[in-house]
Amino acid sequence: MKFKFLGTRGSYPSQKEEHLSYGGNTSCVELSNHQHRLILDAGTGILGLDFELYANLPRIDILLTHLHMDHIQGLAFFKPLFKKNLEVHIWGPGGTSNSLRSHLNRYFSPPLFPVPIRELPCQLHIHEISNSTFTIGAFEITTAFVIHPGPTLGYRIKNGAKVITYIPDHEPMVGSQKLYNKDKWVSGFSLCKNADVLIHDSMYTKEEYPSKIGWGHSSTEHVIQLARRAGVKQLFLFHHNPEYPDNFLEQRLDRIRQNHHEPYDILLATQGMEYEL
Amino acid sequence: MAGSEIEIILSRQLADCLSVPVFIVDPKGNLLFYNEPAEEILGKKYEDTGEMPVSEWSTMFTPKDKEGNLLPPEQLPLVKTLSQQKPAHGSFWIKSLNGQDYEISVTAYPIIGRSKVFTGAVAIFWMNSDQDEV
Repeated sequence: MKFKFLGTRGSYPSQKEEHLSYGGNTSCVELSNHQHRLILDAGTGILGLDFELYANLPRIDILLTHLHMDHIQGLAFFKPLFKKNLEVHIWGPGGTSNSLRSHLNRYFSPPLFPVPIRELPCQLHIHEISNSTFTIGAFEITTAFVIHPGPTLGYRIKNGAKVITYIPDHEPMVGSQKLYNKDKWVSGFSLCKNADVLIHDSMYTKEEYPSKIGWGHSSTEHVIQLARRAGVKQLFLFHHNPEYPDNFLEQRLDRIRQNHHEPYDILLATQGMEYEL
Repeated sequence: MAGSEIEIILSRQLADCLSVPVFIVDPKGNLLFYNEPAEEILGKKYEDTGEMPVSEWSTMFTPKDKEGNLLPPEQLPLVKTLSQQKPAHGSFWIKSLNGQDYEISVTAYPIIGRSKVFTGAVAIFWMNSDQDEV
């Protein structure tokens, strides 16, 4: 299984020079295994995909964690949606009273976007999911709600013996940087358990978090503890804060490595980088 | 190991921040969590007991009416919530750890998350009138 970071930035896209090392596009990760491909989130990173390749696939699957703008902003400009009869599946959480389709309609409708979702030429299938397990091609997918404002899913994706967990927006403990002692009380834990790769929110520093309580994002302390407790093999810090320049991200990573001596690899997710598991 | 549902986890996080006693139970009534103010009522610490089966923790109270008659379980708000999956409220008397009787009110509500699955209930205890704390 291969995975490629197409968008790693949180909140809003940036073209600032200070963001170009790790990327300015918002959340999007591509998973592939031979003929099967999955797109995780549709932030502006989705615009970096090879549209020609996707327009010729038998089907396209886009898995959304939630519908905040930085995770769907690129969706309307994903050209394969406009290819007649191409089979496109969008998976994601619904609301308590409104469906996923209804929420997507609000984006795909004037004045925000000129083309209503019903007029997209592709053969669109919208799958509303919650805590669930399902299969797409060679991928076994488990989803669970995690703590973030509004309905938000985390994904655990298994391909053969390898597991990638993707939780780009997550505040596992609200108001405290110490996770509960028992694993079952930790949001997202079962998704992360023994994952080969964890791609996880790392929006705030330990020092900044107290002023951002309840905003739905992790501090460094949160993500480090979660990865350690869950026994992951490799952690990619993701959803980089657009207020942090890249050299600050690097300094923070150096501090983490010096102070924590974690038993797993920690890397900064880098736009354009592809890895194989 | 299956983790707790997110709405149960969030209920605990909220309970941790409240100054009123809060009990969180699973659909069978097993006690999943109680906060610090609730520890004073139970006379036990969550850190010591962890979760408790319904058979153990439900016998810690002797709920009575004003005349001192024992209340059947089906009249208790939390039991109603568990059986009907609806909010319930009621007042009754319990004996505190110091042997004194206190009137309390209990509000219970079901936890049904976005998955539409009934995953448990929360009971909040209130001391009535100006009684000293239990």
